[in-house]
Amino acid sequence: MRARIKFSKLGQIKYVGHLDMMRYFQRAFRRAGFDVKYSEGFSPHMILSFASPLGVGLESEGEYFDIEMNSIPDEEEALERLNAVMADGIRILRFKTLEEKSKNAMSVVSGADYELCYRDGKKKETDERIVTAVDGFFNDSKEIIITKKTKKSERTIDIRPLIYDLRYEKSTSSYLMRLSAGSVENLRPELVMETFYERSGFEYEAFLFRIIRKDIYMTGEDGRFVPLC
Amino acid sequence: MSSLERKLALPEEILLAVSNPARYTGGEIGSVMKQKASVRLRFAFCFPDVYEIGMSHLGIQILYDMFNKREDVWCERVYSPWPDLSDIMKEKNIPLFALESQDNVREFDFLGITLQYEMCYTNILEILSLSGIPLSSKDRTEDDPIVIGGGPCTYNPEPLYEFFDMFYIGEGEISYDRLFDLYIGMRAKGDFKREDFLREASHIEGIYVPSLYEVSYNDDGTIKSFKPMYDDVPAVVSKTVVVDFDTAPYLSQPILPFIKVTQDRAVLEVQRGCIRGCRFCQAGMIYRPNRQKNIEVLKKDADNILNNSGYEEITLSSLSTSDYQTLEELVDYLIENYSDKKVNISLPSLRIDSVFLSLMEKLSDVKKNSVTFAPEAGSQRMRDVINKGLNIEDIMGGARMVYEAGYNKIKCYFMIGLPGERPEDVEAIAVLAEDLAMLYYDTVPKEKRNGKCQITVSTSFFVPKPFTPFQWAGMQGEEYYKEMAHMLKGKIISTLNHKSIHYMYHEPDVTMIEGVLARGDRRLSSVIRAVYEAGAHFDAWTEYYDNEKWVNAFKSCGVDPDFYTKRERFLDEILPWDFIECGVSKEFLTREWRTAMGEKVTPNCRERCSACGAKKYGGGVCYESQN
Repeated sequence: MRARIKFSKLGQIKYVGHLDMMRYFQRAFRRAGFDVKYSEGFSPHMILSFASPLGVGLESEGEYFDIEMNSIPDEEEALERLNAVMADGIRILRFKTLEEKSKNAMSVVSGADYELCYRDGKKKETDERIVTAVDGFFNDSKEIIITKKTKKSERTIDIRPLIYDLRYEKSTSSYLMRLSAGSVENLRPELVMETFYERSGFEYEAFLFRIIRKDIYMTGEDGRFVPLC
Repeated sequence: MSSLERKLALPEEILLAVSNPARYTGGEIGSVMKQKASVRLRFAFCFPDVYEIGMSHLGIQILYDMFNKREDVWCERVYSPWPDLSDIMKEKNIPLFALESQDNVREFDFLGITLQYEMCYTNILEILSLSGIPLSSKDRTEDDPIVIGGGPCTYNPEPLYEFFDMFYIGEGEISYDRLFDLYIGMRAKGDFKREDFLREASHIEGIYVPSLYEVSYNDDGTIKSFKPMYDDVPAVVSKTVVVDFDTAPYLSQPILPFIKVTQDRAVLEVQRGCIRGCRFCQAGMIYRPNRQKNIEVLKKDADNILNNSGYEEITLSSLSTSDYQTLEELVDYLIENYSDKKVNISLPSLRIDSVFLSLMEKLSDVKKNSVTFAPEAGSQRMRDVINKGLNIEDIMGGARMVYEAGYNKIKCYFMIGLPGERPEDVEAIAVLAEDLAMLYYDTVPKEKRNGKCQITVSTSFFVPKPFTPFQWAGMQGEEYYKEMAHMLKGKIISTLNHKSIHYMYHEPDVTMIEGVLARGDRRLSSVIRAVYEAGAHFDAWTEYYDNEKWVNAFKSCGVDPDFYTKRERFLDEILPWDFIECGVSKEFLTREWRTAMGEKVTPNCRERCSACGAKKYGGGVCYESQN
C-alpha cells in the first residue's frame, strides 16, 4: 500500500537539503508510530519517493512524496499524528492513499508553480517597466533561446515552450510562473528570472528574490495540470 | 515560539554561501526555546568543534536536558563555525551566536565549554574572540559571561588557566544546581561583582577557580608550591560523582540534527566507569568507580529516546560494554520491542569472545563485516605492562571464533611508545598480524572463504595522561615514533601474508603537542595564545593542523616542549594536577606504576579490589559483592 503526502517547507527549514529531508521524514514516521513498510536486506529502510527535490534556499507550499506502508490510517488521523511530530516550518497538508497501479510521484511530474518576491531592501524596477518587460519577454515572444552550459558541453534551447505562464502581481511585487518540471524538461525559476532580467536590460543580482514553489502538477487526462494529490 | 519568527544571526547571503548552513540555524526537534525575559540565567553550552562533531556528544545532551528542566535557566548550544564562516564573521564583525535564540554569546550569563581533547584548545580562543569576550579571565568585566570549562581535559586544566574563570571537575549532574542558585541569588541582590561570585563559587564541590591559586617553581622548572591565596579557598578540589546512577537524570528527548552528524543515533549509557584498569587509560581511572545502570531504568531510557527521536539505531555506550552484566538481557529487550521498527542495535567496545558471538547471532540482520580487536600492544610483555588483561589465547581464540562464524575482516588497534617499550615489542605487532592472517587460512577451508582475509593494523603514539599510572612516564619523541612506524611497516611488508595486512599510522608531530598540553602547567597558556594569534585553528583536523606554528610559539614564549613530554617525572614532584582529588589515590597510581615496571598485571575491580581509593564514594562495583 502506498500513500502520497503533500507538505509545506517554509522559513528557516529551507537551509536543510533534500537528502536530509528524507532522513527527517523517516524518523518522523517512526515517531508518529506509523505501520511503515521497510526494504529487504541488511540495512532495511523506508521506501520513500520524492516528487521533485527542492534546492537548499528554496521554500515550498507544495512538496510531495510517496511512502509504502503496511496499513494506512484515514487522512484526518494521519495528518494529526504527523503534524504532532513535525519540526517548525514543516506542515503536512494532505495524506492520500494511492491506488495500487498508480505511478510514483516523481514519474508523473510535469509542471510546477513558483512565486518570486523581491526581498526587503533589494532594488526593484518600477511596476510599469516590469509589466512592459514581461510583455516583451513572454506574452509577445515566440521563442526564448538560451545557452545551457554544463561541465562538458553547451547547448542552445528554446525555453519559451517550457514557460506555461508568467505574470507579475503588482499588489505583492511578485512574479508568478508555471514552468515545465519533472524528468523530461525541468526549468529552474532562477534561470528564467536571470534570462528575463538580462533580456529586459535590468541588472540581476544574487539573492534578489525569495523563491517559493507553490505546487507541483501532473498532466490530467484532459491535458490540464492537476496537483499531485 | 516558531522558528518562522526567529531572526537568524546570519543573513541569507552568508548562509547560502557557506558549507552546510543548517549547522547555524538551530530549530531542530528537541532544541529548547524559551522567552529570555522569563529566565534568570542563560547558559551557552559550547563544544569547541564543528556542529557535526559537537552534536555527537552525549554529555552535552544530558546536561542540556537537565539545565532546561529548570524554569529559571535557558541552556543553548554553540559550536565552532567552520573556517569558511569564521573568516566571514571576522571580516564583517559578526559576533558569535547561540543556535536557539541566535543571540550573541557575550550576552549570556555563562559560557560553558566542554574540553574533550587537547587539540581543540585553539578553537576555544577562537570562540572567545568571535564572541567579543576578552581571552584572559582577568580582563573580563561584569558584562562578560562566566567562562567555565568541563569534561575530561579538566583533570589537568592548568594549560588553559588564563582563559577560564572556573572549571567544573567531575560529573556535571551534581553541582550545577548549586552554582546556578548561587549566581541567581547574587545577581538578584544587585551590585554583582564577578570577583565575589568566583570566590563564593570556589566553595562549591568540584569548582576550581584558577585565579585564586598561586604557583611557584623550582630552578629546574618543576613546581615548588601550588596553593590557594585565601584561607577559605580549598587547597584540594574534589571531583563530583553520581553515586546513584539509577536515579541520575538522563535525557528523554535528544536533539535531532537535520544534517548528518558523526554519531547520528540514539545513545544509551549502560554504565559509567570501567572495571579494567588499563594503565594508559585516563577514562578508566577518572570515572571510577564503575557504576552499572539498572536494566529496568535502561529499558525506560531506551523507550523514551527511541520513541521521541525516531532514530533507526541505538548504541549501547560505555568504556567496556562487555562488562555490563545484564547486557544480553538488555539486547533481548531491544530486539523484542524494536525489531519491527527496524531499529539497529550497535555494540561498540565489545570484547571478542563467546558472548560477542552470541550477541552477533541474535542481531542476525547485522552484516558480517569487520570485528575490532584492541590488543593495544603486540607482545604479551607489553600487554602486561599496560594491564590490558588480554593474552594471546584470548586474541587467537576470539579470532578463530569470528572466522568460523563467517567474518574475514579484523581491525586491530595498537600503541607505539608505551613505557618500557623495546623494538621487539613493536615487531611483535607484525607477528601478531601475521598470525591472525595465517589463522584465517588455517581455520577456514578454501571453499568457504570469501576472498582473502583483511587484517587492518592501526597504530597511534602513546600520550601519557594525568591520573594514570603512566602520568610520570617520559615520551620517546618524534624521531623514535617515525623510526618505529617505518620499522613496523617494513616488518609487515616482509611477512608471508602481507597482502592480507594493511597498516595505517598518523604523523607523530601532533602527538607531541598533545603530550605537552596533556601534562602541561600554567606556563603553556602563553603558548596557546601565541599559536592562536599566529592563526592556528581546528588543530584536531589534519587539513588545518600546522606544526610549524606550534614550534614557533614554543620558541617565542621560551617554553621547552621536551620538559613536558620527554622528561620522566620524579615520584615526589608536585604535578600540575595534584590539587585535584579524583578518587584514585596517588599511592595507588604509584603502586601501579611500579607494578607496571615489574611487568605484572593487576586484577580488575570485579575480581579483586586493589584499593584505588574510589570506594569512598559509597557506590558502584566496590560494593557489588556486598549486596
